[in-house]
Amino acid sequence: MSGLARAESSRGLWAASSILIVFLAVPLASLVVAVPPGELAAQLASPMALRALALTLRTTIIATALCVLLGTPLAYLLARGRFRGRDILDTLVDLPITIPPVVGGVALLLAFGRRGLLGRHLDVLGIQIGFTTVAVVMAQVFIASPFFVKSARAGFEAVDRRLEDAARTLGASPAHVFVTVTVPLARPALLSGVVLAWARALSEFGATIMFAGNFPGRTQTLTLAVMTALESDLEAAAAISMLSLILAIGALLGAKRLGAGRGAPVA
Amino acid sequence: MARSALLAVGLLLGAAAPAEEPLRVFAAVSLTEAFGEIAGAFEKAHPGTPLEISFAGSQVLRTQIEHGAPADVFASADLVQADALRQAGTITRYDVFARNTLVVAVPANEPKVHDVRDLAKPGLKVVVAGPAVPAGLYTLQVLARLAGSGHYGDDYRSRVQANIVSEEPNVRLVLSKVALGEADAGLVYETDVLTAPAVKAVAIPEELNVSAEYPIAVVERSRAAARARAFVGFVLGDEAQALLRKHGFRGAADPADP
Repeated sequence: MSGLARAESSRGLWAASSILIVFLAVPLASLVVAVPPGELAAQLASPMALRALALTLRTTIIATALCVLLGTPLAYLLARGRFRGRDILDTLVDLPITIPPVVGGVALLLAFGRRGLLGRHLDVLGIQIGFTTVAVVMAQVFIASPFFVKSARAGFEAVDRRLEDAARTLGASPAHVFVTVTVPLARPALLSGVVLAWARALSEFGATIMFAGNFPGRTQTLTLAVMTALESDLEAAAAISMLSLILAIGALLGAKRLGAGRGAPVA
Repeated sequence: MARSALLAVGLLLGAAAPAEEPLRVFAAVSLTEAFGEIAGAFEKAHPGTPLEISFAGSQVLRTQIEHGAPADVFASADLVQADALRQAGTITRYDVFARNTLVVAVPANEPKVHDVRDLAKPGLKVVVAGPAVPAGLYTLQVLARLAGSGHYGDDYRSRVQANIVSEEPNVRLVLSKVALGEADAGLVYETDVLTAPAVKAVAIPEELNVSAEYPIAVVERSRAAARARAFVGFVLGDEAQALLRKHGFRGAADPADP
């Protein structure tokens, strides 16, 4: 392709891309413009915003850790296992991504609520999950874990099995091979799965309001705080939205650096 | 190809619109069933004027109208939202078309709350509407009156507060948490309980209760002001008032609560 043709096609590509770029950028920029810096500082120091921020960080970090802990074995099973019903299991993992989060919240209530399938037995034991911080974390894991599992599975699938086999013939145990060969090779996919799951947990709203309710300091995360503030004070809502935006940007930039720095593919 | 794609998009977005623009009514979520029926009666009486009703918490609707949402009529569950719009000049006047009152909703099966005193029982899960929601504001007033009456002990207010586990964004979500049995009690409108078979009402003493007034108004910038006024008139008329009473509301002409 000649230089001119390349320049022209790249110009066409830019033109074709510009609509979506503008569509994505303008609302986010409007959010930034809507809140004067002084107002932002004042709103962010409000007890409502601080409590929501603390709760959000606490719950999303725990939820993401659970996604990794519980999701890694499942992702590996889906990547390497050859068994009947794998497609069904695969669909099950995809479902929380495709159903509306509010439906996920209702489902959680019907399972773990006081009169739920499992919840009624827990209730007898004196364990009630609804309206607690535990419910917030459960809603986040329900909605966010598929994002980690999908990404991790793709990562494991891309690992060359011959490298694992080589390590095994050299006498390494399966667990040792997994930790020293598979995980490092799948590292970029695992990291991007962590970020995706965390970001999804951060923006979780529908399942949380259904299953955990809305109470400051206990179940009111940043998204619920935005919704609550929106009802009386648009500036406060915009300021708390900014906070979410800052968290998201931080996460994405951090993930890019981590991914680029240490997860370089082995040549 | 491009044309058929455009056509498809147009169809998806509803380009094949009806001849008449619908009249857009923004109504408090507690009016869902009553306004559903009133809309049917209005459309029958005024053929060619389709209604499009958007139900949400009144405070949400007010915010939407303030930010330019295309509403022709606003029906709120309290005067606070209507007064705010009137001060901003978004509406010029309103009429109270219905009244309502609060009750304690409890699960119909094995309720743990039998009167308002029980709301202070330790370990109970009580759900309320958030303080910006009309029902939430009424709830705060009722709780203050109950505490102030002196009948229920000095620390009644703080003990009830300790039992509140969620502040919901609208009154129907309060109701559904009780209907699911997830909460032991929730403060909702008298009319809400009639819509949920799994829930029954525990009365709040009449002299300590509040009267919720529902105002209706034509939005000033409406491009269908004449039809909007016709709808407001219809809601204030006999047929709609009878429908409101059927759904448990007290009519505009009925005597107000204490």
